[in-house]
Amino acid sequence: MRGLQRGGKSLEFKDAGSQEGPLLVVEDLHTSFRTSRGTVRAVDGVSFEVHEGKTLGIVGESGSGKTVLSRSIMGLLPPRDVIRSGTVRFAGHELTAMDDTELRQVWGAELSMIFQDPMTALNPVKRIGVQIAESLKLHLGMDKQEATSTAIELLRSVGIPSPQERVRWYPFQLSGGMRQRVMIAIALACAPRLVMADEPTTGLDVTVQAQILDLLADLQQERHMAVILVTHDLGVVASRADDIIVMYAGRVVERAPTRTLFHDTKMPYTRALMDSIPRLADPSGARLDAIAGRPPDLINPPAGCRFAPRCPYAQDKCRESEPPLRTVGSPDHLFACWFPLVDGKSTVPAVPVSLSASQNGASGATTEGDA
Amino acid sequence: MPDDRDLLDTQSSDGMLANRIPMTAATDEAILDMQSPAVDPDGEPLKRKPFGVLFWFAVGFISIVVLSAVLANLLPLQNPDFGNYSSLNQAPSGAHLLGTDDLGRDLLARLVFGARVSLIVGFVGVLIGLVFGGTAGLVSGYRGGRLDIALNAVSFIILAFPAIVAVIAIVTFWGASLVHITIILGVATIPLMYRVIRASSLSFAQRDFVIAAKTMGATNTRIVLREILPNVIPVMVTFSLITVAGLIVIEGTLAFLGLSVPLPTPSWGNMINEGTANNALSTDPWIMLWPALFMFLLLWSINLIGDRLRQRFDIREGVL
Amino acid sequence: MAKYLLRRFLQLIVVSFIISVLVFLLVHLLPGDPTTQILGANDTAANRAILLKQLGLNLPLWHQYTVWLNAAFHGNLGTSYLNHFTVTHILATGAPVSIELIIISQFIAFSVAVPLALVVSRKPNKGLDNISTTTTFGLLALPPFVVAPILVAVFAVGLGWFPATGYTPINQNLAQNIHEMILPSLAITAGSIAVYFRLLRSDLITTLQQDFITMARSKGLSNRRIMWRHAFRPSSFSLLAAAGINIGSLIAGTFVVEALFAMPGIGYALVQAVEQRDYLVVQGISLVVAIAFVIIQFIIDFIFTIVDPRVVRE
Repeated sequence: MRGLQRGGKSLEFKDAGSQEGPLLVVEDLHTSFRTSRGTVRAVDGVSFEVHEGKTLGIVGESGSGKTVLSRSIMGLLPPRDVIRSGTVRFAGHELTAMDDTELRQVWGAELSMIFQDPMTALNPVKRIGVQIAESLKLHLGMDKQEATSTAIELLRSVGIPSPQERVRWYPFQLSGGMRQRVMIAIALACAPRLVMADEPTTGLDVTVQAQILDLLADLQQERHMAVILVTHDLGVVASRADDIIVMYAGRVVERAPTRTLFHDTKMPYTRALMDSIPRLADPSGARLDAIAGRPPDLINPPAGCRFAPRCPYAQDKCRESEPPLRTVGSPDHLFACWFPLVDGKSTVPAVPVSLSASQNGASGATTEGDA
Repeated sequence: MPDDRDLLDTQSSDGMLANRIPMTAATDEAILDMQSPAVDPDGEPLKRKPFGVLFWFAVGFISIVVLSAVLANLLPLQNPDFGNYSSLNQAPSGAHLLGTDDLGRDLLARLVFGARVSLIVGFVGVLIGLVFGGTAGLVSGYRGGRLDIALNAVSFIILAFPAIVAVIAIVTFWGASLVHITIILGVATIPLMYRVIRASSLSFAQRDFVIAAKTMGATNTRIVLREILPNVIPVMVTFSLITVAGLIVIEGTLAFLGLSVPLPTPSWGNMINEGTANNALSTDPWIMLWPALFMFLLLWSINLIGDRLRQRFDIREGVL
Repeated sequence: MAKYLLRRFLQLIVVSFIISVLVFLLVHLLPGDPTTQILGANDTAANRAILLKQLGLNLPLWHQYTVWLNAAFHGNLGTSYLNHFTVTHILATGAPVSIELIIISQFIAFSVAVPLALVVSRKPNKGLDNISTTTTFGLLALPPFVVAPILVAVFAVGLGWFPATGYTPINQNLAQNIHEMILPSLAITAGSIAVYFRLLRSDLITTLQQDFITMARSKGLSNRRIMWRHAFRPSSFSLLAAAGINIGSLIAGTFVVEALFAMPGIGYALVQAVEQRDYLVVQGISLVVAIAFVIIQFIIDFIFTIVDPRVVRE
């Protein structure tokens, strides 16, 4: 049993492996921000589950709400101007009902986060050893010596050579890949049950990306850890995630186990994401298959399907009413589309997307140009 | 396993910035925008935070002071330079709204005319510093190179130099008059302006948008004027206002040394000095109190306005 | 690291040298000379000429300069024309006064500004922050020559809690010494409090928005720990730089307060010497003050390398 007392009631967490049912359950999570321009509905009704030791991929463009989602689940958003509703149940505890004192027992110890940019996420004026040791001292009650030697071991386990020396280094002395490894070491220091990795490889060289992801996968297996991999890059989750959620404009538009998602894609948006990945096999000079237009305004999202303004297969029904998240056949494949793809092809004719409408992103009711 | 290339690749972190996904979508803007202060509990859309009552009071106060100083000759004031020997050291009364000093001069008149000195020394002095020091700093921060190193050294030396000696020497040598003092103090602010604006210019000169402008073929002049200057203006404005306040104080210190505008011309500095000499404060507090109070309000107003303006330009406030 | 220190040391030498030249020139710019003070205004021109020769003031300027510099190198800064104390003696007796003033006033300033900034930066633009900020502007509007007389009138003459003037050296009577130092220190400290508070507050607010603070939260660290151990250090840079300049300029800048409270510090001695055209005293004190300023910047730079490990890399 773990859980340290800190001037309030202490929380208890069962040991790894003894969890019955899903480790993390998110149900109908909404997160909005009050801004001078209106209320931005960044996360608009997201639900999913993660089981122990499994990897969930959350994929979406910038602005899909995935970063807000990850922070909202953890409870790391600033208290002011944020409205949150829905449940987030982690290992039987309701995170949304906990205040900061209680959450601090969870953060770092049971649930931790790997941030996107290690240059800004690591304190520039503190040695990396100290930054790792902090969590160890706090949650596991280690003294300085023990914490330092454990930190050295952690650095070794994430593949940093000569850890005894480097434990005294500062972040700016390390390369990007190294820093990300340090981040992983920090996140994993107290052997949390779930790690939220927010774009852990964006900005790294491709070879380094692969190394980092492999490292994460290895450690995950060793420790029977669950991982949520948040990224805009489908390629990253293709071989690493057990299940994938595709987000668009604050909502989940498709959810499936990885193989199913790739082999039996139902949402045109997901298909478009896959098509936009340039492939080595493509002839040089081939045009990039980007998705036209921009994500919609989340203060006033369009009526109907939010992807409709940019979807080549959008019909009137799509623009009028929003498709619910439903399944047909297998219960673990959910999608939100009136005209889902069948065997990778659409059942309705493609229509060139009108750029002006797709750029507005707003109620695609009036579209100029081609229809 | 990491290879050596990875270990040696310390420089790659700078490349990372270029690969970053641009944050353009509404959600990310929302996170940035989240930093706005006041919240309407009903979730109604918010207006921009207004400057506040204090701000407008400050603006009003400064306006009154400036207007009366400018129009002093037209106002129904008594003679500030010569007094009536039969009414020395009087407390405020109907005849003399603020009282008289120890030479029988009307304090209200002296206060209004004295405002001119403080305002001119403050604003014109800063203007001098801004024009010379600010321009030098702007260019120097952007260009760097030997000119930058030389100017840095010069400004450091000037700052290290005990200012009082220089000021006393030069004022004594040249003679104390409003014009001379303004110029001397104005020149004295040049190294400060230079440093602050240079630092700001430097920080923007290294940003990507400047490099982008260069690669598009913009000339240096254009870059400095169109890219860097607009970004430096908030700092310029704030710091200028702080410096105005500083110069007004320095005029007071000069008066303390007897080096401000020569009597009988009033300045708030020499009025305060007269009012505190020989323990006059205990017996005739009005002589010192009025200029001290007005100077206090003026300085306070200037600083407040400077800060509010800075807040308006500055997007960031508040997360933890 | 050694190269860095050596570079700074050389800078110190060069700057001191240049300043010595400037001070020398400036002080000789002043009209009149010490003979007026010594002999009085009505003495004969002949007597004046003899005195000038005796004092070595009839030599060409550059010659006077080299004589002085040479002597300075040997530790001899000269003697006052007026009171016959050596400049070194004047410095030795005046420095402790000014330094003590600075130490006490800065101690007060930091004790107030730092905790206050740490508290208000967490909730900017709300109640306490607004009050503190507005009060700070008030502090900036109270220069020493205004505050000092008021403090004296209220606390010394009025309430009688503190002495209005006077200075007792520490080794004579510590309690008395501190008692006398309080009002003058308060008179100086207002501006420092305001500047330090604003700078630290501003930097803290910026730092608190950085990712590594969110990361620290995500590790489960308490807010207090985050403020002190993670946020404070990276936010102290502007504060340090400003403190360096502030303290450096205070060294002789205390003259207003010294004069008003009759404290025999070097600020007051310097101002008097300028008015009396006591060249050697002015030159000597100015040179030492300027060198002290440079040394302080040097120390601040050194502290910087400790506080911000990235600095040494250049």
